[in-house]
Amino acid sequence: MLVVDRAPKSGREKVQIAGFLAPALILLAVGLVFPALQTSYLSLTGRNGEFVGLDNFVWMFTQPEALVTLRNTVIWVVLVPLLASSIGLAYAVFIDRARGEKALKALVFMPMAISFVGAGIIWRFVYAYKGPEQDQIGLFNQILVWFGQEPKQFLLDAPENTLFLIAVMIWIQTGFAMVVLSAAIKGIPTEIVEAARLDGASAWQQFRNITIPTIRGSLIVVVTTITIGTLKVFDIVRTMTAGQYETSVVANEMYTQAFRAGEPGRGAALALILFLMVLPVVVYNARLLRKQKEIR
Amino acid sequence: MANIRSRKFVLPVAALSVSLLALAGCGSEGSDSAGGSGDADCAAYESYGTFEDAEVSVYSTIVDIEAERLEESWADFSECTGVEVAYEGSKEFETQIGVRAQGGTAPDLAIFPQPGLLAAQAQAGYLKPAPQEVSDLVDEGWSEDWKNYGTVDGTFYAAPMLANVKGYVWYVPATFEEKGWEVPTTWDEMTELTETIAGEGEMKPWCAGFESGEATGWPGTDWVEDAVLREHGPEVYDQWVTHEIPFNDPRIVDSFDRVGDILKNDEYVNGGFGDVRSILSTPFAEAGQPVLDSQCAMHHQASFQAVNWPEGTNVAEDGDVWAFMTPPIDAAQGTAITGGGELIGAYADRPEVQALQAYLASAEFANARVAQGGAISANKGLDPELAQSDLDRQSIELLQDPNTVFRFDGSDLMPGAVGANSFWSGIVNWINGSSTEEVTQTVEDSWPAS
Repeated sequence: MLVVDRAPKSGREKVQIAGFLAPALILLAVGLVFPALQTSYLSLTGRNGEFVGLDNFVWMFTQPEALVTLRNTVIWVVLVPLLASSIGLAYAVFIDRARGEKALKALVFMPMAISFVGAGIIWRFVYAYKGPEQDQIGLFNQILVWFGQEPKQFLLDAPENTLFLIAVMIWIQTGFAMVVLSAAIKGIPTEIVEAARLDGASAWQQFRNITIPTIRGSLIVVVTTITIGTLKVFDIVRTMTAGQYETSVVANEMYTQAFRAGEPGRGAALALILFLMVLPVVVYNARLLRKQKEIR
Repeated sequence: MANIRSRKFVLPVAALSVSLLALAGCGSEGSDSAGGSGDADCAAYESYGTFEDAEVSVYSTIVDIEAERLEESWADFSECTGVEVAYEGSKEFETQIGVRAQGGTAPDLAIFPQPGLLAAQAQAGYLKPAPQEVSDLVDEGWSEDWKNYGTVDGTFYAAPMLANVKGYVWYVPATFEEKGWEVPTTWDEMTELTETIAGEGEMKPWCAGFESGEATGWPGTDWVEDAVLREHGPEVYDQWVTHEIPFNDPRIVDSFDRVGDILKNDEYVNGGFGDVRSILSTPFAEAGQPVLDSQCAMHHQASFQAVNWPEGTNVAEDGDVWAFMTPPIDAAQGTAITGGGELIGAYADRPEVQALQAYLASAEFANARVAQGGAISANKGLDPELAQSDLDRQSIELLQDPNTVFRFDGSDLMPGAVGANSFWSGIVNWINGSSTEEVTQTVEDSWPAS
């Protein structure tokens, strides 16, 4: 940086800017841009590195097992952000200023502290199956048995097994949504709330017309954050079903193809698709942040 | 006599010094190591030379108790040659080895459980061809089939290490005797016995478990391979694993259905766990337990099932549990068995690495490891008397018998896209209700073109 300061007067500013940006740009180039380009090229090659054009993408959109993967990822991305955010929001609103709020919050927030792999293992036990004539070790099947039902193979029955995996992610993410949204609700100016009360607004009207518009920014951050996390989901699926029984998602299939089946090209093609899926969410998020800065 | 006394003294000292070294966390080899030169114990290792500050890293799938025994079997070699072995075992070996080789952090030696994976690594140019010394040792100690498993495109890379015999059917002799059931000698007799047991209604004839994390389904591939080899002989088997005939060849479909007659019949499985589909949610290591609990009569699993029984289970012909080999379909065809084994590939060719490679390919190592128990080897120089159990002895005799047709586990020979992926998931879908035609077609479609 000392050198930067000694540059000739005329171009000094440019040199300074370059000097300060260089480390970040170099790291970006090495850690992001170059690997991204390499992956893009890899997605056009076969298992021995030969050029195969768009074959891997053809495989992805024609082979049933690959199509199931794409379908599942879409189901994940629709359901997890929607449910985790709405449950988190409802919970945050209901326990706001309730007695024992802290304890109630901690209860929902706790799963957040568990890693995805840990959660996967815990829930595998919850869903565990034993035949009707055996003693059940899985909580859900034991409950079914108490109600006089047959035990169910929660993780084997497609397509609903994907929903049982999604439940795990919601269980983890709800706490995150709840904490952020609860903080945002606490930030609503009391004057507005009181004014609404005096005007005789019902609880629902308050929620619709005051709470939601005021915390809109936080809500969007929560939804987009969970969306990005969900698109990348891998650990839960790999721990619980390893992508068998039609539960695979893009990230899991990418790993399987690239590292187990020895098809790096297919893995790279899936990685690229994943990147393209995440991109709009990230762009939207960045633009929103910029807008908010302008308002301020 | 003096020999024995000195050995008695050396072993604890050697063990102590090894553990002290480990505790000290330093790889420096003191020159005043226990045992000293010219000791009877070290005489056997003189040919390997001695090294200063040499370390060889070894990476494999072997973990827990098996890993301890493995490390124990080269402890003397380390002690006498000064080659420190840095061993790392991981269940993630199959996926990680490729990543590490690509990333330039490959181990010196990798113990491959699958010839297919070894071939992929060799073709990618990561592996070093085996030194002449190792090649000679393998010519001397193993059959040609075994040497071929370590040979890729005409170059010999990897010596075999240990072996396991697949296709055992585990049962409780006392129960068989009590019920008057005979150990079947042909596949048809086995089917009859299955029907008999199911008819009596006291227990299910079979129990099985295919759950194994991301490898779920592999025990089912063993079933199918056993059936193919016994029904159609080694030639068809070889054509099948090398893709000279399609995966959904009618003969292969037949063998699938033969296995399906047992595994996909709710009357016959899954003793102690539930219906057919419970096979998929039962971990393979726990699947044999109902045999001991009299909830199922038979359990098909490789020789390593011996270590899956609870502590204190006596595995013997007159013990708590015993195994017969899956019988031939046509008795005239003779004995054919499938099995697995490990191959030792080298990523480095330093002298100390080659010394360890040579030791691991020797009959001395095979004997040292087998004497620890729980393992066998197909090395001809192995003394069956060293086996720690009746089962190991039986397996070694089967392997060393020149009349036995031995074939390596088929899914391990197929390309990774099939053997470590679509074949497994094919078995999963098959047990989960898909038809044989559908499954074999899917696996065939997934076979890599090149």
